[in-house]
Amino acid sequence: MIKPDRRLVLALLLGVAAAGSSVALLATSAWLITAASAQPPVLLLMVPIVAVRAFGVGRGVFRYVERLVSHDAAYRVLGETRARITGRLEKIAPGGLTSRRKGDLLARLVLDVDAVLDLWLRVLLPIAVAAVTAAATVALLALLLPAAGAAVALAVLVACTVVPWLTARTAERAERNLAGARGDVAATATETLLTAADVIAYNAIDSVLDDFSRRDARLAAAERRSAWSTGLGSALLVLCIGGATLAALVLGSTANITGAVFAVLVLTPLALADVLGGIPAAAQLAIRVRAALARVQELVDTPEPVTEPTDPLPLPTGRGLQVKLLRVGYDDSDVLDGLSLDMPAGSRVVITGPSGSGKSTLAAVLLRFLEPRGGEVLLDGVDLARLEGDQVRSVVGLLTQESHVFDTSIRENLLLAKPGVSDLQLWKALYRARLGIFVENLPDGLDTMVGEHGAKLSGGERQRLAFARLLLADRDVLVLDEPTEHLDEETAQALLADLFAAAGDRTVVLLTHRPELVPPHVTRQLVCLT
Amino acid sequence: MKPLDPRLLRRAREARVFLGASVLIGVASGVLIVVQAVLLAHGIAGVVLRGSGVTGLAWGLAAVVAGRALLVWAQEVVAQRAAAAVKSTLRRQVLEHSLKLGPVWLSGERSSALTTLLTKGLDDLDPYFARYLPQLVLASTVPAGVIGWMATGDLIAAGTVLITLPLIPIFMALIGWATEARSRRRQHALAVLAHHFADVVGGLTTLKLFGRAKAQQAAVRRVTDQHRVASMGSLRLAFLSSFALELLASISVALVAVGVGLRLVDGKLGLETALMVLILAPEAYLPLRQVGQQFHASADGVAASEEVFRVLETPLPVRGDRTDVPDLRVTPLHLYDVTVRYPGRAEPALDGFDLELRPGEVVALTGPSGAGKSTALAVLLGFVEPERGVVVAGGSAADEFDAVVWRRQFAWVPQRPGLRLGSVADNVRLGRPDASDDEVRLALITAGAGELALDKAVGEQGQLLSGGQQRRVALARALITDAPVLLLDEPTAGLDPGAEATVVAGLRSTGRTVLMVAHRPALIAAADRTVSVEARELVDA
Repeated sequence: MIKPDRRLVLALLLGVAAAGSSVALLATSAWLITAASAQPPVLLLMVPIVAVRAFGVGRGVFRYVERLVSHDAAYRVLGETRARITGRLEKIAPGGLTSRRKGDLLARLVLDVDAVLDLWLRVLLPIAVAAVTAAATVALLALLLPAAGAAVALAVLVACTVVPWLTARTAERAERNLAGARGDVAATATETLLTAADVIAYNAIDSVLDDFSRRDARLAAAERRSAWSTGLGSALLVLCIGGATLAALVLGSTANITGAVFAVLVLTPLALADVLGGIPAAAQLAIRVRAALARVQELVDTPEPVTEPTDPLPLPTGRGLQVKLLRVGYDDSDVLDGLSLDMPAGSRVVITGPSGSGKSTLAAVLLRFLEPRGGEVLLDGVDLARLEGDQVRSVVGLLTQESHVFDTSIRENLLLAKPGVSDLQLWKALYRARLGIFVENLPDGLDTMVGEHGAKLSGGERQRLAFARLLLADRDVLVLDEPTEHLDEETAQALLADLFAAAGDRTVVLLTHRPELVPPHVTRQLVCLT
Repeated sequence: MKPLDPRLLRRAREARVFLGASVLIGVASGVLIVVQAVLLAHGIAGVVLRGSGVTGLAWGLAAVVAGRALLVWAQEVVAQRAAAAVKSTLRRQVLEHSLKLGPVWLSGERSSALTTLLTKGLDDLDPYFARYLPQLVLASTVPAGVIGWMATGDLIAAGTVLITLPLIPIFMALIGWATEARSRRRQHALAVLAHHFADVVGGLTTLKLFGRAKAQQAAVRRVTDQHRVASMGSLRLAFLSSFALELLASISVALVAVGVGLRLVDGKLGLETALMVLILAPEAYLPLRQVGQQFHASADGVAASEEVFRVLETPLPVRGDRTDVPDLRVTPLHLYDVTVRYPGRAEPALDGFDLELRPGEVVALTGPSGAGKSTALAVLLGFVEPERGVVVAGGSAADEFDAVVWRRQFAWVPQRPGLRLGSVADNVRLGRPDASDDEVRLALITAGAGELALDKAVGEQGQLLSGGQQRRVALARALITDAPVLLLDEPTAGLDPGAEATVVAGLRSTGRTVLMVAHRPALIAAADRTVSVEARELVDA
């Protein structure tokens, strides 16, 4: 899912240059001062003086460029990952998503995918920069005094292995609880906000808040538990740096080296504090990042509800649909079993039955959102399973009782069905859906924003907008799943009459529990599900 | 941007305790840093100049290192615990205030933006507490001690640090000033992005219907890419300020080192003092540098907390506090000339509406879609303030009464009931939490949902139930209350005629006052009388 960006290598090099300057600044300063105390001619000190100044400037410059390069690269990786996940989700929805809590799903997408950013900026890059710079520093010290180099190498090794391991290990368990509790809090908050009107109307604010606080307390407790481990890594790091300095002091004090070299040996490890300081935080974050990316992977691995054929047949020219001994269901139970239907091109089929008798499930099969468990659905004699979903849906259109309206303008919502068409065609579709005058009366007309889930429209207006969209898409088979549910009697009848009239020679499959609304002059086949 | 928002200290007691502990730890850290520098300088100079041993000194140094490690650990623990407590306090306060602001405010305020704030947004306070605030405390304690001690050895070096150090807070202020708006914009971009994702995910079925779902991959790529470009713009500026800051700190250290070196050559300074100054000089800048490094992470936290206070400081709607609401079992209810206009809509949602609702009668509200029938119910529930007109019960206007007490008179079945995760019985009990299983069952039977098991799972937003089942559960939830008035928004939509007849009979049997939005002839026929809400001629006739 995550493809690295080659700019990250450049970021690593720049990071090492910046951290290296920081170490070199202290090392050359130590050398300069100790050498100066022997009061040599100033001319001999010119090289270290220039070096000290250069390293002083270099750290800031390298750091600035490194930050820009690494952020740009990480944002690129993030964008690519988000796009890939959307692409994968497209295959899973709607069949694979129904069982998930939507708040949880959203928390996953936005929070978990963001972890990609942390993975590079705050975990992998800092650790890589610290390791490379520390290794180079150890090599330098080993040249001056092998024993001191070995001691510092040990400290660096502990700082680069035991410190992150300890941090990660002690934090891991708490973090596992944290991710679950965090998703739970997000889902509960989403649900509470979505059902706010009901909660307020029933004066249940206090009990709902108490429930939220109980879940929230679990999250806060998990966070407090993880606090105990946060500091352990940082504390061990302080011990490592202090230990390295002490070792260099003790070993160097008896070695046969010059005073300047001795000062460099003792003071250079101090600069490593700056270099290695980010490791505990990176290691702690690594756990969170790994858990988040694992959840993303889990979502990505959700089985597709429909298997697309490897070798799809060409779309047949005929538009007759046949359902043969269809068996379909969710989880362990079948909703439909042994249903057979014949829907010739241009026919009108009204399928009725009580709530829960499988009308919407049949619609999902006709649109190839759901795979039959037995039997088959044929389009002009071709099994739908041999066609791609998009092929099927280029022929079969759907209007449901709660169509999704996007948080954008009326125009964009319509253009979704048929990109690039003229305003004239949009208006035609709106008028045929009996929404033309309404839109004309809006101050912004086609550019009116409809709000989140079309919240600025009434239920009827939303439905008509969805109908106009379907008309614009111009499908040969229209599956209408309770299309007039939220409309009043008179309008519903008129709308259905318009629908059937506008359908022309298209096939219309109407799924309704109220077949009496169908205009009497429409010749229809009536099927009753039980 | 204020480095520390006083509102945060006011709202969350935990933040005050934390700040106190941090100051103690900061002072102790400063003392240990100076002691460590003195010991190291003494040790090195002793070896270089006199060839003396370091054994005794090494023990002292070991003790100092252990002390510093302990303080580092303590600081992190204190900070994390404080952050957890503060976030928890703020989450509850934001959710509570949002609910008290009501459904209309919430519909304007995108619920997904609030969800983002309650989770990711507030988690931005973690680095603020764990890294930024402790560094801020260190930055105000350590440099003073360090410079003071340096001054006892070398006045010129101490002077150099003293002159350059205040430049850093000046840069800090500049950074704050320059990045505050940027950070706010980034927060906004984050919310927009979250919303874009939510909309795409919610509409994937529709997108697939029109063969547009595959294009979403490209759309998401485009939107996140725009987000990247916008973010890079703000980061370039933000990093530029911290670049100046880093540069100043490291150049100052270089200046001190070179200056000290030259004075050593002239014999104006001893090696031990020079080494002490060299070790201490970076320590004087370190806390401020780290404040700068943590600044950008913490700016997100500060932006999030300001978003929190923006919600918390939105005033609640003003209502009276009278609790003597007349009993609507015996008192008629009047709406006079009620007009409602939603923000951003030119046409009123309800225009000059009059209604008398007498105890015990069943009234059907009819009228075309969008005429304001649901809005009339929202006015009675106190969800919207009429622009004109008044709701009157027993001679008093409705808004004189306490909202909670007023709403006890009503039970509501919205057009799209908001069912909650849990069982059918859990959802019915929202109407009366102490109802027994038998009472819940009876309410379900009256609502025509007798076939539903009490422990049947409802799923998020009712998705494990059919639309008709959701409505009947919501109806049972209304029936189980003691409310004298039932406000029903198309209670039989999604029901077949048989189930509809059961529901109508059930409603009749309760003997309560019913105001229902009705489309269907069977439901309208079941009412005592019909009140028509005037059309706005918005839906084409």
